[in-house]
Amino acid sequence: MPPALRRLLAIMVKEGLQIVRDPSSILIGFILPVFLTLLSGFATNLDIKGVPIGLVLEDASPEAQSLAASFLATTAFKTRVGRDRREFAEDMVSGRVRGMVVIPQTFSRDLAQADESVPFQVIADGGEPNTATFVQNYAQGVWFAWMETRAREGGREFAMPVNLLPRTWFNEELLSLASLLPGGMAINLTLIGALLTALVVAREWERGTMEAMLATPVGRFEMLAGKIVPYFLLGMGALFICLWITLAVFGIPFRGSIPALMAVSAVFLLSALGLGLFISSAAKNQFVAAQSSILAAFLPAYFLSGYVFEPSGMPLPIRILSHAIAARYYVSCLKTLFLVGDEWSLLLPNMGGMAIIACVLLGLALKKTARRIA
Amino acid sequence: MSDALVRAEGLVKRFGRAAPPALDGVTAEIGAGMVTGLVGPDGAGKTTLIRLMAGLLAPEEGGITVFGFDAARESDAVHERIGYMPQKFGLYEDLSVAENLRLYAEVRGLPAAERAAAFARLLGFTGLAPFTARLAGRLSGGMKQKLGLACAMIRRPQLLLLDEPSVGVDPLSRRELWRMVRELAEEGIGVVWSTAYLDEAEGCDRVLLLSEGRLLFSGPPAELTGRVRGRVVQVRGIAGGRRAVLRRALGKPGVLDGVIQGRHVRLVLGADAQPPVPQEIGAGPEAVVVPAPPRFEDAFVDVLGGGPGGVSVLAGRMEGKARSAAHVIEARGLTKTFGGFTAAREITFAIPQGEIFGLLGPNGAGKSTTFKMMCGLLTPSSGQALVDGVSLLEAPGLARARIGYMAQKFSLYGTLSVRQNLDFFSGVYGLTGARRKAAVDGMIETFALGPHLSASADILPLGFKQRLALACAVMHEPAVLFLDEPTSGVDPITRREFWTHINGMVEKGVTIMVTTHFMDEAEYCDRIALVFRGRVIAIGSPDDLKEGVRGEALPDPSLEDAFVALVERDGNGDGGKSAAPGEAA
Repeated sequence: MPPALRRLLAIMVKEGLQIVRDPSSILIGFILPVFLTLLSGFATNLDIKGVPIGLVLEDASPEAQSLAASFLATTAFKTRVGRDRREFAEDMVSGRVRGMVVIPQTFSRDLAQADESVPFQVIADGGEPNTATFVQNYAQGVWFAWMETRAREGGREFAMPVNLLPRTWFNEELLSLASLLPGGMAINLTLIGALLTALVVAREWERGTMEAMLATPVGRFEMLAGKIVPYFLLGMGALFICLWITLAVFGIPFRGSIPALMAVSAVFLLSALGLGLFISSAAKNQFVAAQSSILAAFLPAYFLSGYVFEPSGMPLPIRILSHAIAARYYVSCLKTLFLVGDEWSLLLPNMGGMAIIACVLLGLALKKTARRIA
Repeated sequence: MSDALVRAEGLVKRFGRAAPPALDGVTAEIGAGMVTGLVGPDGAGKTTLIRLMAGLLAPEEGGITVFGFDAARESDAVHERIGYMPQKFGLYEDLSVAENLRLYAEVRGLPAAERAAAFARLLGFTGLAPFTARLAGRLSGGMKQKLGLACAMIRRPQLLLLDEPSVGVDPLSRRELWRMVRELAEEGIGVVWSTAYLDEAEGCDRVLLLSEGRLLFSGPPAELTGRVRGRVVQVRGIAGGRRAVLRRALGKPGVLDGVIQGRHVRLVLGADAQPPVPQEIGAGPEAVVVPAPPRFEDAFVDVLGGGPGGVSVLAGRMEGKARSAAHVIEARGLTKTFGGFTAAREITFAIPQGEIFGLLGPNGAGKSTTFKMMCGLLTPSSGQALVDGVSLLEAPGLARARIGYMAQKFSLYGTLSVRQNLDFFSGVYGLTGARRKAAVDGMIETFALGPHLSASADILPLGFKQRLALACAVMHEPAVLFLDEPTSGVDPITRREFWTHINGMVEKGVTIMVTTHFMDEAEYCDRIALVFRGRVIAIGSPDDLKEGVRGEALPDPSLEDAFVALVERDGNGDGGKSAAPGEAA
């Protein structure tokens, strides 16, 4: 075996042993993915159910009662019924209800005139804009449904103000989880790739082992490659843990193929490892390395990758910046693989983007991996 | 030297433009088949020089060749041929002894066929054979040091570079390491041993003495020591306070340097100066002056132009403390366990007023644990630590104001300026108004901190850092002073200055407790407790401890001899029988 290969293998073995024996690597490598996937699955669900509202029934007519029953029947709201809007005023302030639907005394009279105006009032809590919009839209939805039913019962046609026939492609049920969980995998791999590796080189500097290694024939390529390989395998392991939870626990469909997922993830992992190793070589101090990797890897991946926030809605400079974030390409690939399938015309350009970033970062890491101390 | 392995020519190395050069025009050679000592205090440039030899740094000016290769440009060729043990030994703590050896064997390309023989040889050589499966992080300091050496030795290098291999290691392990290194030198290997312990210089074949980046001396240590031959005397048979005798002796013209050695006083005289008459320095009617063999440190101080005077301005400013017969500091059966590991076991001693009491022992022995329990920084698992009869753990601020504390490595606020540090500590100790101003100004004057007032503590030279730390600890004139490793690594002049202050304060009635792993420093103490593996194995004055081991084999034992003999007598010799030590040094 050539000496360089022996050295490379020796460093890989060493690194592997350190991973296995260091509780923090196990924590970040295996426990964290499980935790984060479950967390993003259960906590970051953007679908809304059971929003508490107050229904003020000022009119006691049978029509008003019937509309109230429709509000009570929908799962979107958790409706409490009252007689006076003052009953809910305090709850609105404290946030115990997110909105009020007021069916006024004039309701049955207005209804009889049956023009296009909605004869009741919706008051929403603007403190949570998303929820406020939701309350307004759903209240309207309940109203249309009720009107339609009423018209049918009366043998008439109810003319919708606008006739909408929504048709959604790819994520037919519009489950936000189906796009969130694949994005969460990108966050997981970023953490493992960058945070874990950011610590390893810095640790060697702190403990004086780097200095000892530099005085041996170990070259910087061997040093770097010896660290990349074990962490690459660790990252791939974490990927499959995330995938398994996403599929088995949350039942998200996966329409791509495993080899395509592995290919895409491999390119992404290289860029994350490159970033981690670059930070680590530059920082030489575990504390600074950990802080920088959170700032340089985790936060951009969270905000600019399209995991939760869609970059196309961001101002131009930020959109441009987001193209320097490997996670952006990866999130896009993952969404493609989960929701569409092996659509190579989409995957390949994204892989190209990640590959360029990976090359730059690994090159910088190699350059920063010192052959000297200062 | 014709067969020099390393040749350095006019080496200059700077770190940062503002800082003084770490190495300033060093020209030196390292020979094969001998131990070359790289000697000097912290910050002298030892590590920089060793790293230059290892090709880990490039010089700014001058050149350095190792085996004829340019160490900076042909570092690969150099790395093939050297063994290097950095400070902290360069071991992977989460790898076992065998795994560390295997890693270094692989990266150094040891042929597989030779591996078994090489491992057997090194494990036998270092006595680590029974511990191959133990993680390096769980080894004692001495064992780590030996493993570090074994890793550096894995392919029989022609040049072995050891950076401060003996720091904080117990004296037994230190001796074993010396024996091993001697053997290697006899096999023809060139060994470079850097150290801040001046007594180690005497064991080297050649010495490069560094101070502030400059080479002060290069040659056999005896040559340097020869400078002061016939000029070193001991005042023996002193009646009364030897500290006062030292102070008066240092005031005499012709006395260059003086230190306390147990109950004697050791003096270095200027060229052609007559030794002082014992009665003139108040040594008592029976005192005599006898010649003493010179030491390397005497010569070093001589090269530096002599030690500081013997009068402490600091002590002069202090008011005398009221005398009391009671014990000021007392430890009763102090025990501290961390998980399954006992860092200190059943430690008992009592210190009367005006005594310097030392805790002497290697790193990890339990000195600092004991020390922190005494200061109320750590809760004992059992036993009591009393100062003035009360435990500092429960004591109100008032009782704490009676003590001063100087932590290891001078824990100052590095980003605050000298003045801000002084202001802060004066506030912490509750000084206000005119008293505060007087105290701060007094410290600035006493320690000559004036020119550095606006410099941040981090960038101060080591000697000034130490002065500032002492100033912060004593500005409120404490009655009890705790000093944790106070003069580790500082140059001998600063160390003398420091002890002059301590001696002066003791004469004023201040009680001092100090930890140290410096044998020389322990000689300043009235009594010392030898701490080893969490227990006190002996207590007594330095002379009593030496007396106790005097015998045919050791006619004139040093304190280190006494320590080694007492450890062996204690049946606890090195061999790693104890569980993992070290967490709570």
